[in-house]
Amino acid sequence: MSELPGDLLYTKEHEWLRKENDGSVTVGITDHAQSALGDLVYVELPEIDQELDAEGEMAVVESVKAASDVYAPIAGVVVEVNEELSDDPEKINADPYGDGWIVRIQPSADVDDADLMSPDDYQSFLDDLDD
Amino acid sequence: MPFIPHTPKDTEEMLAAIGAPDLEALFDEIPAELRIGSLDGVPEALSEMQITRLMRERAGQDGNPLCFIGGGAYEHHIPAAVWDIATRGEYYSAYTPYQAEASQGTLQTIYEYQTMITALTGLDVSNASLYDGASALAEAALMAVRVNRKVKSRRILLAPGVHPVYAQVAEAIAGSQGLTFEWLPVNADSGKVDVDALPAGREPVAVVIQQPTFVGTLEDVDRLTDWAAEQGALSIAIANPTSLAVLKAPGHWGAAGADIACGEGQPLGVPLSSGGPYFGYMTCKSGHVRQMPGRIVGRTTDLDGEPGYALTLQAREQHIRRSKATSNICTNQGLMVTAATIYMSLLGFDGLARVASASQQNTARLADALCAIDGIERLYDGPHFHEVALRLDRPAAGVLDALADHGILGGLDLSRWRPELGNALLVCATETKTEADIAAYAGAMRDVFAPTARRRA
Repeated sequence: MSELPGDLLYTKEHEWLRKENDGSVTVGITDHAQSALGDLVYVELPEIDQELDAEGEMAVVESVKAASDVYAPIAGVVVEVNEELSDDPEKINADPYGDGWIVRIQPSADVDDADLMSPDDYQSFLDDLDD
Repeated sequence: MPFIPHTPKDTEEMLAAIGAPDLEALFDEIPAELRIGSLDGVPEALSEMQITRLMRERAGQDGNPLCFIGGGAYEHHIPAAVWDIATRGEYYSAYTPYQAEASQGTLQTIYEYQTMITALTGLDVSNASLYDGASALAEAALMAVRVNRKVKSRRILLAPGVHPVYAQVAEAIAGSQGLTFEWLPVNADSGKVDVDALPAGREPVAVVIQQPTFVGTLEDVDRLTDWAAEQGALSIAIANPTSLAVLKAPGHWGAAGADIACGEGQPLGVPLSSGGPYFGYMTCKSGHVRQMPGRIVGRTTDLDGEPGYALTLQAREQHIRRSKATSNICTNQGLMVTAATIYMSLLGFDGLARVASASQQNTARLADALCAIDGIERLYDGPHFHEVALRLDRPAAGVLDALADHGILGGLDLSRWRPELGNALLVCATETKTEADIAAYAGAMRDVFAPTARRRA
C-alpha cells in the first residue's frame, strides 16, 4: 500500500479531500478504493453548479467488475469537474490523488475536520479493514 | 440446455429449509386485493389431450378472416424457414442462456440482431431487445431523463402521431417515477404536428416523434428533430422497422439525428398471435449507451485470438447496480429476436425494402378502392406508409361488424383512440394481400354501404 498523502483528509467511504486556497475543496477516491474497484472504464460526473448534500450521490465510478457511487463528503455546489475522466477514466487508477481528482466543491458551510479522518486515522481505518 | 423443474420433494425441502409452510406463504407480502385468483377463460389444470382439444376449438373460433388491421402490429409473410430454425432445440428455450462459455451461438445471434437493428435505425448501439414497442418507449423516456441531466423538468413531449397505447403504457410505467407526458399541438387538417404552434419554453427533457405516425402519415422528422435539439431536449424516434427499409433512418433525422430509436419488432418475422409475445427494439447514439436499459452483447477475442461474444457494459444492470440500475429489465425477448434475426437475414435489406414497398402500394390501392364508395374518403392527404385513415359517413363499429360477417377484419376503429376524428377507420394492406383480397374487401364494403343498390343490380 502506497503512502497516504499527508495534506489530505479522508472519509470512511474511501474518498479524499483537499482544501484549496480559494476555499473550495477538491475530492477524489483513495488509492485503496481504486485498487478495490480495479480498472476503471467509466466515470459519471455531476453537473457544474449542481448542489450536493453531504453523503448524497455525487458521481459513479464503473470498473470492469463493479459500479460504485461516490458520495459527496460535504454539502456544497459543484464548481469544477475533471472532464478528462470522461475520455480517460483510468487516470483514477494511475494517479488517484493527482490527475485522478473527480470534482471540486464550494462548501456551503465551513468544513469541520472532526467529521473527517486525518491520514493517520484513515491508515488505522484501513488496517482495521484488513483484520 | 435442460431446464428441469423441481420435484415436489425438492420444493418441500426448500420450504423446510427456510421455514415456510407452503408456496403461498412466499407471496404473503402481496396484498390479497392485488392478486388475481383466476383468469377469465383459463381453466383449472387439464390433461394434454383436453388442452389440445380446447385450444383447437378456440382457434377455430377465429375462423380464417382476411385481416386489414394494422395499428401497431402487422401481418407479414414469414418464410417457413424462420420458425423452423428458431424452434430448433439450440434456440428454443423460455429463457435466454447468457453464459459466454455455454452460449456462443445464442450470443452471436443477438449480436447479429443488434448489428441489423443499428443498420436499420442508423444509430450506433442496440440492446438485445425489450418486451414490446410500448414499454420500449417508457424505457426510452426514462433513459432520456438519465442522459439529459441538464434539463430537470422530467417533461416528455409527444408528437400527435405517437401511438396512443404507447403513450398510455409510458405514462403507466414512467408516470409513477415523476415523468409527465404532454402532447404537442396537432394540425387537424394534416393530423401531424402543428409546426407553426410548437410551444416555446416548455423545457422538455425529450421529444418523441413517431414515423410513420399512428395514422400512417409522414411527419417532417428533420424539422422536429432539430426543434427538439433547439429546446435542449433529446429526440426519441418511434419507427416501424419495416418502414425503415424505405424511409430515412432515425439516426439521420435532422442535423444531428435522433438520440434514441425504439419501436415494435413484431413486423420482423413474429406472427400476430392475438397480441404477443412480441419484442421491443431500442438503439441509441454511442454517447448515451451507459444509460441504455437491457442487455448488450459485445464481440471480443478470446485467449487464442478467436472471435467470441459476451454480455458487455453490465455495470448498468440490476445484478450489479441493484436499485441504481438503468432498468429492472435484465432479460430480452430472446426467441422473438432469434426469429427476427433469421427473418432479416433471409430477406436482406432489399427484400425488406420490397416488403415495405409492396405493403405501401397495397394500402394505397385499398384506400383508392374504398374511397370510390360514396360515404368514404381519406382523412388526410399526402404520403402514407402502409396505413390510411378513412372518414366514414357512419360509425366504424357497425361497419366493422358487417364486414366481419363477410369474413373481413376491416381495420381499426379510431373512435376508441381518437374520438375527435369522428367516424374514422384505420386500414392496412400488407404485402400478404392480393388484388383479389383487396377487391373482396372493396366489394364487401360496397355491400355494407349500399346493400339495396347492389341487390337490385
